[in-house]
Amino acid sequence: MSNPNQTIPGQYRGNFLREVEANVEEGEWVKMCMQCGVCAGSCPLGPYWDYPPQQIFMMIRAGKREEVLSSTSMWMCTSCYNCMVRCPRELPITHIMHGLATYAKRIGKAPQTPITPRFAQKFWDNLTVTGRVNELKLGLALYFINGIGEGIQTAMKMQDIGLGMLKTKRMSPFEILGGHGIKDKAGFRAMLKKAEEIELAKIAKNQVAGV
Amino acid sequence: MAKRDYSFYPGCSSQKGASASNCTTSINAICDVLKIQLNEIPDWNCCSASIGYAGGGELPRLTLSARNLALSEQHNPGQDVVATCAACWLATRETTERLAHDDQLFTETKIALKEAGLTLQNKTPVRHFVEVLIEDVGYDALKAAVKKPLTGIKIASYVGCQTNRPFGIAGESFENPLYLDKLTEAMGATALKDYDKKVACCGGALAFSEPEKSQDLIKDILQAAYDVGADMIVTPCPVCQMNVEVYQGLINQRHGTNFNMPVVYYSTLMAVAYGKSASESGLDGQVIRAKQLDALAGR
Repeated sequence: MSNPNQTIPGQYRGNFLREVEANVEEGEWVKMCMQCGVCAGSCPLGPYWDYPPQQIFMMIRAGKREEVLSSTSMWMCTSCYNCMVRCPRELPITHIMHGLATYAKRIGKAPQTPITPRFAQKFWDNLTVTGRVNELKLGLALYFINGIGEGIQTAMKMQDIGLGMLKTKRMSPFEILGGHGIKDKAGFRAMLKKAEEIELAKIAKNQVAGV
Repeated sequence: MAKRDYSFYPGCSSQKGASASNCTTSINAICDVLKIQLNEIPDWNCCSASIGYAGGGELPRLTLSARNLALSEQHNPGQDVVATCAACWLATRETTERLAHDDQLFTETKIALKEAGLTLQNKTPVRHFVEVLIEDVGYDALKAAVKKPLTGIKIASYVGCQTNRPFGIAGESFENPLYLDKLTEAMGATALKDYDKKVACCGGALAFSEPEKSQDLIKDILQAAYDVGADMIVTPCPVCQMNVEVYQGLINQRHGTNFNMPVVYYSTLMAVAYGKSASESGLDGQVIRAKQLDALAGR
């Protein structure tokens, strides 16, 4: 059986808006955008987006599937919620951007650079091991995300910051041994597994039904 | 005064040896003074903050916070859930609202929770600790507890993003919330109301994956504080606190600036004003020391 996550959903018949509505968190809001551009002007990293949210919404309606899903745009979202509280149509823009990012990643369209898609995945992997984030391991995973050589350079560059955090006891070397975590790891993992199963089943159902 | 009880969701960064452990220290100090009892939710887990979405879809992410809400209902019944971390508060409150408004998501979440032997009513209010201070205790009582007024200390109130948007503190505006100014003034300090980066973004989690872009944002947040003559920046958010404090050296290297601005939690400021020691106030957690507060706490 093919993985529904990796299947190109042909049944949308080129209708990318319907695909987004069916599969992207809060995607049903996309058609409500009236193209005012307040979101684009409110974004702290706006200058670095391939396409600002306003343009992404229009591109979704125009069926620009590849351009939207493989763009770096959504990965520039700092989750500041500025666009969301300012939107005159009250679109949950931040959530839609996260949802587009999740969907792009899921179907293998997320870009290799910038590193945010990979960093965000490491964050998730980190927290699901013990139920809590291990800041030291997350930091090290980030430093070495592009291999040993770059990792050592980054670690050198960041050593003052690391020392500052160590001295003020806001970082603990003992976290490398396992560190904080929840007790009911088995229940926690079973719960997440079930949530993921339900979500994947919904996506598979959308594919079959051609929603 | 009877103690007020709350169900406390501390969050990963608040733990011993983690980046906001100094926040926890100072929160405990002011809770002691204000007779606030924070009952930690047993076995709480991470909320996945605002960067977990690459690995976790909508339902797994909502389920994370739902587990904490379910544990709170079970172990701390009838108590409001209170968080001190902006991201923890946001994720948990978002979950409770999403599940209340979407029956299908709520049903699916409950199926997942069952795997961990949990059930959820989803009736518990989710509040930020600042709301407890200003709504339940009140500015007058907060002021009445001051033992060492912070007279003459000029403060830039940096509210940041997630304590302010999308929910914010009730009654405050998104563009110019005033609660942090009111809190610092209640402590006897001078709030610099012309500070114009109050609700600007520090880059959040992207300070890790997009360091230079984020450091450019942080540079502006710092420069604006110098421009209005601030002695220090005060913030309620653990990510803001760390980002704005610890990257000053790197920013100085890259931009030829000379930043050395203390960035403290509102709770540290309050603990000092309430007469707590430097260590009780979390002052030894400052990478850039807040010398005026050190002097006051040591007196």
